[in-house]
This record gives sequence, structure tokens and C-alpha cells, in this order.
Amino acid sequence: MEYTILILLLPAIMFIFLGLAGHKLKPKIAGIFGTISLGIVTLLSLITAWEYFTSPRVNGVFEKIIPFNIEWLRLGEFLHIDIGILLDPISVMMLVVISLVSFMVHLYSMGYMHGEKGFQRYYAFLSLFTFSMLGLVVATNIFQTYIFWELVGVSSYLLIGFYYTKPSAIAASKKAFIVTRFADLGFLIGILVLSFYGQTFGFIDLMGGNSDLALQGAAQKSFLGIGVLSWALGLMFIGAAGKSAMFPLHIWLPDAMEGPTPVSALIHAATMVVAGVYLVARMFPLYIVYAPGVLEIIACVGAFTALFAAIIACVQTDIKRVLAFSTISQIGFMMVALGVSTSMDAHGGLGYMASMFHLFTHAMFKALLFLGAGSIIHAVHSNEMKDMGGLRKHMPITHITFLIACLAIAGIPPFSGFFSKDEILAAAFKFSPMMGWVMTVIAGITAFYMFRLYYNIFWAKEAKHEHKPHESGFSMTIPLMVLALITCVAGFIPFGHFITANGLVYDIHLETSVALLSVGVAIISILIATIFYRKETQPIPEMLASKFRFIHKSAYKRFYIDEVYQFITHKVIFACISTPIAWFDRHIVDGFMNLMATATQKLSYLIRNFQSGRVQQYAYVFLLGIVVIVGLILLIL
Amino acid sequence: MNILLFFVIIPILMIFFLWISKNRNQIRGIMVAGSSLLLILAGILTYLYLTQRAAGDTAEMLFRSDYSWYSSLNIKLSLGVDGISVAMLILSSIIVFTGTFASWQLENQTKEFFLWFCLLSLGVFGFFITIDLFTMFMFYEIALIPMYLLIGVWGSGKKEYAAMKLTLMLMGASAILIAGILGIYFASGATSMNILEIAKAGNIPHDAQLIFFPMTFLGFGVLGALFPFHTWSPDGHASAPTAVSMLHAGVLMKLGGYGCFRVAMYLMPQAANELGWIFLILTSISVIYGAFSAIVQTDLKYINAYSSVSHCGLVLFAILMMNQTAATGAVLQMLSHGLMTALFFALIGMIYGRTHTRDIRELSGLMKIMPFLSVCYVIAGLANLGLPGFSGFVAEMTIFVGSFQHTDIFHRVITIIATTSIVITAVYILRLIGRSFYGEVKNPEHLKLTDATWDERLSAIVLIIAIVALGVAPLWMNNMIGDSVLPIVKALVIK
Amino acid sequence: MGVELYLVISTIMLCAGIYGFLIRKNTLAMLISVELILNAADINFAVFNKFLFPNQLEGHFFTLFAIGIVAAETAIAIAIIINIYRNVQSLDVDKIDKMKH
Repeated sequence: MEYTILILLLPAIMFIFLGLAGHKLKPKIAGIFGTISLGIVTLLSLITAWEYFTSPRVNGVFEKIIPFNIEWLRLGEFLHIDIGILLDPISVMMLVVISLVSFMVHLYSMGYMHGEKGFQRYYAFLSLFTFSMLGLVVATNIFQTYIFWELVGVSSYLLIGFYYTKPSAIAASKKAFIVTRFADLGFLIGILVLSFYGQTFGFIDLMGGNSDLALQGAAQKSFLGIGVLSWALGLMFIGAAGKSAMFPLHIWLPDAMEGPTPVSALIHAATMVVAGVYLVARMFPLYIVYAPGVLEIIACVGAFTALFAAIIACVQTDIKRVLAFSTISQIGFMMVALGVSTSMDAHGGLGYMASMFHLFTHAMFKALLFLGAGSIIHAVHSNEMKDMGGLRKHMPITHITFLIACLAIAGIPPFSGFFSKDEILAAAFKFSPMMGWVMTVIAGITAFYMFRLYYNIFWAKEAKHEHKPHESGFSMTIPLMVLALITCVAGFIPFGHFITANGLVYDIHLETSVALLSVGVAIISILIATIFYRKETQPIPEMLASKFRFIHKSAYKRFYIDEVYQFITHKVIFACISTPIAWFDRHIVDGFMNLMATATQKLSYLIRNFQSGRVQQYAYVFLLGIVVIVGLILLIL
Repeated sequence: MNILLFFVIIPILMIFFLWISKNRNQIRGIMVAGSSLLLILAGILTYLYLTQRAAGDTAEMLFRSDYSWYSSLNIKLSLGVDGISVAMLILSSIIVFTGTFASWQLENQTKEFFLWFCLLSLGVFGFFITIDLFTMFMFYEIALIPMYLLIGVWGSGKKEYAAMKLTLMLMGASAILIAGILGIYFASGATSMNILEIAKAGNIPHDAQLIFFPMTFLGFGVLGALFPFHTWSPDGHASAPTAVSMLHAGVLMKLGGYGCFRVAMYLMPQAANELGWIFLILTSISVIYGAFSAIVQTDLKYINAYSSVSHCGLVLFAILMMNQTAATGAVLQMLSHGLMTALFFALIGMIYGRTHTRDIRELSGLMKIMPFLSVCYVIAGLANLGLPGFSGFVAEMTIFVGSFQHTDIFHRVITIIATTSIVITAVYILRLIGRSFYGEVKNPEHLKLTDATWDERLSAIVLIIAIVALGVAPLWMNNMIGDSVLPIVKALVIK
Repeated sequence: MGVELYLVISTIMLCAGIYGFLIRKNTLAMLISVELILNAADINFAVFNKFLFPNQLEGHFFTLFAIGIVAAETAIAIAIIINIYRNVQSLDVDKIDKMKH
């Protein structure tokens, strides 16, 4: 399976090529280069998946294969950072997801970004991102994950800040990078702690290898009352939470919508934001054995985030922001699924499988939603719902595909979202009834706001347009159709045959009670949304908004979390820490040096006066000297 | 003839030829020829060093030779290099080369400028090739004196004040340093000034160590921007001309770290173990303090100077951790930061030469006007904040992992405090890039400005290539340095 | 009687001379004070010669030499003071401070 190295190399080479020579090429040529290379990568990923999943199982599980691994940096006797490719069920799945979505986005951008300045730069950055994300998922050791984690962060920064003359875009890219950097700090410290006790970075070694004994010994040690391994894994979760926009590190994702819409589809819906989920999944065996308490925390954080984001999504008017909060909420679902797992076997490990399944299906239909949103924005030249309405007459393909995606996310069979969400709900109910009910309610709210979005765009009152909105070109609609097709059939993939917590086959069976509950809740929410938003005028929502004005406004302002962060950064860190330190440095520390210089100068002025030029003063000094010397001589003798 | 002597002979020849040169083209020609020769020489030396090591030569220092100078005081010109010195020589030659091109457009008294610049580089090269305490000190002084003239005459802003402050503070440090060196010499029996011999004898009495270790560490530490003696650095770098800042921040500050490691800690290990924690606290303060101060600065050069304080603090921090990985990381950081800060100062000089302002409140939208320079600056910024693929990541991660491997919880807590610098660095770098390079062009005067000329492109590209090369393929450098660090670390690990 | 009386006189002359040198502002007066100091030393020589070494004459010779040399030195000093007066227009010693820092 050595050809897998090409999956990483092709995007990297394309980045360097387009980055250095891109501006000399015609935009369309650069786009074609980028798209074709991604097409090849997708093909290779599919071949890899085929070859991997059709190869025979060993002891009932698919074996981990490492086709490529070189030592990159040596850090002492035992620790070394390698760069390599690890193929196991989840990494192969991610390869397929990333390359497919990226390919669709490349294709779509040919049409969407047509005529934009910096077209070649855009494709270069897309290649860089794809390379980084692919490198992240196939990492053989945790430090490689960290390296590509950072590279993904910087690609996101460059792409969010693509329109670099817009102040809001610059601010958004900076915010994204710094918030994720802060989370990465937690990740780094977690790596340091874990490697200190495990004396290795490699995944295979950490989980059931030589290091197992070392880790077991560390399981007894604790720092400030909490086990050290819980610290390590908890800190790593902070890193995951930053990248996956969990509360309270979610603030960067809505602002990241400043980037071009295909970028939002690729990075902030399908791939980068699930890196955190992927990390927890990758470290899952360690979480189960050494830090089950942290898993519970993960479940709670995920559940809270899901609820929080869902409520905010209900009142946003910018369609991309609705989708952004929807993403945050769905990732919350994935985290909850991981968090409610209690063991590696089929019973307790259902959450793991459900989470990965939902990751797969969500990537497809969320990318579809974003690309559809891009198509709409392209047509009406605005992001706001008030500039849309009645578009179903003008944009049929976008309409149907968008509807399919909405049905999927709402959890209506036979679309893929139903199957994956159902498994998550089943796992949640297994964990605790309360968790199950909370997630079901959130699923209901999800259906509600998604259909609110749908009706406001495609039904409702048509806004005045300068020129009639028309359907987008083929390069934009083909990806929509491909993704919609996948959304329709993906639900029927026997996911448990491929990916489970312990690798053994698990047949997914629908628990009828949970399934009926979730479908019922979804249908009720869709009905409510239909009543509220389908018609030309929307009296009920307006009445509700004015009655509950305070809640409505807070939710609209995203519960003022951004303002809190602004306050902390500007008023506390800048004004109360940095400025005093800079002042202290300039005036006290430097002032001390200047003081020494001034003191020396004053002293020298004082001594200078001895040379007064006046003879009588000199004679005084002579006399004094003679008296002293004579006195000394008399004393000594 | 020892190949190392050429590192000193070539600058002397350059000085001679500059002295008799008549016009700017000759001056430029001499400088290009000389610095290219030095760069090639460094490359040859690295190759020879690596082949000799691969052939199985495990002596502590290679290319050894001694020339007796003043035998009654046992002062010899003892030459010798190991992996650390080779890395530093590579760094110095790259920076001298790129510094030449960064000063290509200098018009005011060019001959004198390059004369002093060559003298500066002579001091730097000489420092790294000798292992005799006295000659090391002598070369350090040779590198120090020209700074005053270079900053005071060719600088900008408060140049006289900055030049005087820098020179006096560093002179004060070297006064303490010579006292420490003489103390080492006399305490170890006054038989040799050679570092290797003193280390092998290991007979400096404990009480003497407790006095002379702080003196020597402080003497070198001031040069390495140890808090609270770092204040010469912001004003000095901000006022200095471009090439001088590049050489000073890039190489001279590393002399401090090198000296601390090879002289202070190697020769007085017991004192290093006992008193190290004090300096550890001071250096971790520098790391955080420098980064926080950089956030609120408004002058590009001051941001970079405080950033240098932070990064050089990390070098001393890692050295004090006294294990092989952390010390290797320290040398990598010296190399990496030297290249990065040289790149920064080169770019800032180019920007200042066009816009005549370094205030980030007045610069905006430079990406549209000067795309090459802006992209290089963004690359430099990303390298500075430790992005993988650049050398900064390699160095910082080696330091953090190495430092964390301590059994002592104090060391690990302080390492965690030092790691928070990665976030603070991101804040000030992105803030500055967002304000100065992105955005709309606010000052219509700036629309007329031109992008980089060929000489400026050359210096920027060479530095970027070096940073990327070290960032993508660090293993050979890592091994070379790691092996050389081992003897010193072994001496430090005592029961 | 003896030595002590004469020594007391010369000491008083010495002190008077030192006092006058340090306190008087007029350069000519300072010159006269210097004369007093020198003459006090001469008295000492003569006295010690008479009382301690009555058979030798070196002390008296020294005194005579000193008087002669002092006279020459006074002449030069007055010449210098006249020149200074031509430049500074004053005999106040505080005004002659050009050789200061």
C-alpha cells in the first residue's frame, strides 16, 4: 500500500507549485491543476479504502498498517517524532471523507470564485489545507498529529483571511488562530505529560504495547488530587475542544464565516472542525482505561454546546451563521456520543461507532448545505435571509439538494442523518435517560431551525432583486448533486462492519423506540417550522420575538460571549498585564539603568569641582593631605 | 594549516582590501566575495566535520590546534570546534552574507561601515572557533567595540543614546566576565586557559564556584538578554542599522547563550546545579515578560526586539535544564532564532527604507503595495510563532519536551509556564501582521512605493530557505548538536 | 631658654604665613605670606645650626642660599603677577581660574 504516500505528497506539491508559480498561470489553469490533483487524491483514497476494507480480518479486526514511517526528530533516548502513515479503520474513513469533500469544494470553487482576485492563491491554500488535514488523520504518533494540527490551523487562518482587505475578515482570521492556539497549548501540555509517563509518542505503542506497563504505573500517581493521566487526556481534550468549537472556545467559528463559502464548507463544516472529535476517537482506548471521568466531562461539554448552539441558531438571520451554529451543535452530538461510551465492546462502545458514523454523514450533508448556501449567496449577492425568499422557483437544483440535506440533518429516514443520529440517541439513552432526552430535544430544535432556514430561503416572501436570481452553473451544481446522492444512500452503509470501538463487527439494528421518538420529534418540529415560516408573512415568529424580546436579543447576540472575550483580551490582558509590563520595563528596569548613568554623571560633576582652578583651594588640599599623613605616621610609629 | 584559521584570516583580508578600496562597487564586490567565501567555508567545514564524525572520531573537539601566545599566563590561541560551534559558524556566515545584501543600498560612508562590520564579524567568528578562555574574551571584546560606532553613526532614532547604553551595559557585563574568567583560571590552579583542560581537571573548589559561576553566567547572560539586564536590547536593536541589527540580534546574542553553556556551566557544574534555579526563574520571566511587552509596542523594531528577548530567554532557560534534549533544543533555538530575527530585521529595514516609518499605526495594506516583502514578513511571522515546517517549531518543541522530562516538579511547572509563550507570541505577531500588511492602504503616499530589489530579495530568500530547510529536515542538525552537547551535559549531571 | 623660643617664633611665622596664603585674596599679599613661610624655614636652619652644631656652618650657608633664591623667585612671581594683571585687570586670586575643569 505504498502508493498511499502519494495521497499526502500530491496536495503538498500542488501547494508549493501554485504558491510559487501560481500568479504566472492563468486562473483557470491553476484551478484545473488543483482540482485534477485532488481528483487523483480522491481516487487513491477510495482505492485505499477498498483495498483496506476488503483485505481479510486478523482476529476479527482490521489490522493497523503502517506503509510509511521515517524518523523526523530525535528527542532523547526514547522519544522521537516520526512522520508516517497509519492506516486503520477511522483514518481510512477520514481519508475518504476529506478527499471527497475537498474534491467537491475544488470543483465548486471553479465556478464560485470565478473572477476573484487571488484565484491561484486560493487554490494553493486549499491544497495546503488538504495536505495538512490528510497528514493529521494518518498520523502514526501524537506529535505528528500536533504538527499537522498546527498546519491545519494556519491554513484556516490564511483561508478565513482570504479577503485580506476586509477588516472583519482580518479580525476573524486572527480570532480563529488565537483561540485555537490557546487550545493547542492545552494539547501540547497534554502531550508533554503523556509522553513523560509513557516515554513514547507513537499511537500503537501507547495503546497496548510496551508503554502499557509504564502507563499503568502512572495511573496511580496524581497531581492536585486528579490522576496525572486524567490531566494529560483532559488537557488534550481542551485542544480538541478548541479545534472543534466546543463551548467556551466556540467563538471563532461563527466569525470564520467571513471566508469564502466553499472554504466554510470544507474547513468549518466537514473537516477541520471534526479534528477534535477525531483526536478523541484516536485516543479513545486510553480514555476508556485511564480517564473515564474525562469522558463524562466530554459528554457534558458536548451536550451543553449542542443545546447552546441550537438555541442561537434559531434566531440568526445570516444563513451562513445559522449553518455555523448548526455545525457547532452537531459536533456537540459527536462529542456526546464519544463521551457516553463506557467500554470498548459493542454494548458500551456504541457511542464510538455512532460518533464516527455521524462524522461521516454530517460531513457530507453539511458540506452540501454550505455549498448550497454558497450557490444562493452567489445568486442574490447577500447572506441575509431578508434578501431571499421564494427562491424555489428560480433555483430548482439548489432547492432539491438543500431540502435533501435539511431532511437528513433533521433525522428523517431514509436519509443518512437519521441513521447516524439514531445511533447517537440510542447510545445516549443507554448512558442515562436524561442525556437521551436532552439530546432528543436538541434534535428537535435542530429540525426546527433548519426548516426555518429552508422556508425563509425557498418559500416565504420574495425579496426585491436587481436582477433575477438564476441557477448556478454546472461546476457548482454537480458537487451539490453528488453530495446529495451520497446523503441519500450513506445511511444504508453497514457502518458497524467497518468501524467500531474494538474493531469487531457490529450489526446496527434500529431500536424502534428511539427511532420512533426521534422521527416523531423531528416531524413535529418541521410542522411547527412550516406553520411559522412557510407563508408570505410570519406573524407568529414576530409575535414571539417581541414577547420574549430579552431572550431573543441575547440569543441573537450569541449570549454576549464574544463581548466577554473582548473584555478579557482588551481590558484585562492588554490593559492590565501587557501595558504595565511594558511600562515597567521602560521606566523601572530601564529607568534603573538610566538612573545609574545619571548618578554617575552627577557624581562626576561633583568631583569635577575639585579642579576649580583656584590656587588657594589646591593649597587647602595640600595642607589637609600633609596633616593626614603626618597624623598617620605619628599614629603608626 | 588549520581550516578554522581561515574564518579569522578572511575577515582580516576583507578589512585590508576595504581599506584600500576606492569606490562603492569595489566595496560591494569585496564584501560579496568575502561573505560568499565565508559561507562556502562554513559549508565545507560542516561537511568535513560530519565525515570525520561518521568515520568514528569521537574526540570532544575536532580540528584542534594550539598556537602559543603568552606562555607565562598560559594564553594560547587554541582552536577547536564541535557540533555546537559548527552550527553557530553556519549561522554567522549566513547572516554575514545576507547582511551584506541587506545593506546594499547604503550610501553614507560605505567604506567605514563595512570596515567596522567586518571587524564585528571577525570577533564573532573568532569567538566560536577558540576554546581558550582568554582569546574567547578577546574576540568578544573585538565584536563589542564596533557596535558603538555602527549604531552611533549609521543608526536611526535615538542612536547616540542607544549606542552608549548598549556599549556601556555590555562593557559592564564583560567587566564582570573577565573577573569571572580570571577567577576560574586562578581557582583551577593557573595551569591552563583551555576550556577542555579545565573541565577535565574539574578541580575548581566549591566556594570559588559559588562566587564565579554567577559572575560568569551574568557576564554572558547580559549579552543573552537575561532579565533584568535586557534593556539594552530594545533600544539598541531599534536604533541600529539593518545589517548591524541582523548580526547583533542574530549572532551576538547567541554568544551569550553559548558562553553560558560552554564556560559557566561546563566548568562549574556544582555551582550550576545549586544556583541554577535562580537563573531559571529569571529566564522564564524573560520569556513571558518579553512576549507580553511585545503586545503593546507600536514600533516594528521594538516588537521584534522584545520578541528576541523572549526567544533568547528560552535559550538560557533550556540550557539551565541540564539534560541532553533540552540543551540540543537550546542550540537549535539559537540557530533558528538567529535566522528568524535576521530575516525580520532585514525586512523591517527594507520597509523602513521605503515608508520612512516603523510605526504600525501608520502602516496599513502593505500587502497590496509590496507583495514580496509582505509575504516574506508573513512567513517570518509564522516561523516566529513556532509553526511546523519552520525551524522555530523544531527548536521550541525540543526544548519543551526536553525540559519536561525532569523528575523535579519545579522544573516541570516552570516548563508549563514557559509554554504559554506560544499563545502570547501568536497574539502579537498576528496583531502586527493584521494591522500593517492586511487591510486597505490608508496613506496615499504609500501607493507609490516599489517592491523589493534583487539584492533585497536575495537576502530574504536565503534566510527563508535556511529556516525552511531546518524546519523540514532537522534530523542531521539535531544529531550533530546532540552528540556534541552530551559531554557537557554529562559533566553537569552530578549526584 | 634655648632652642624652643626660636622654634616657637618660627612656628608662629610659619602658621601666619600659611594662614595668610590661604585667606588673603590679594596676590601680592599671598606672595608676602609665602615669604613669611620661607623665612620661617630659614630661621629654623640658622637656629638648629647655632644650637646643635655650633662648630659647623652648613646651616648658615643654607640660609644665605635660601634668601638669595627666594629673592629671585619673588622677582619672577611679581613679573608673573604683573602679566596676569594685564590680562585679568585684577589682583583678586579668585579671578584667576582659567585652569579649571
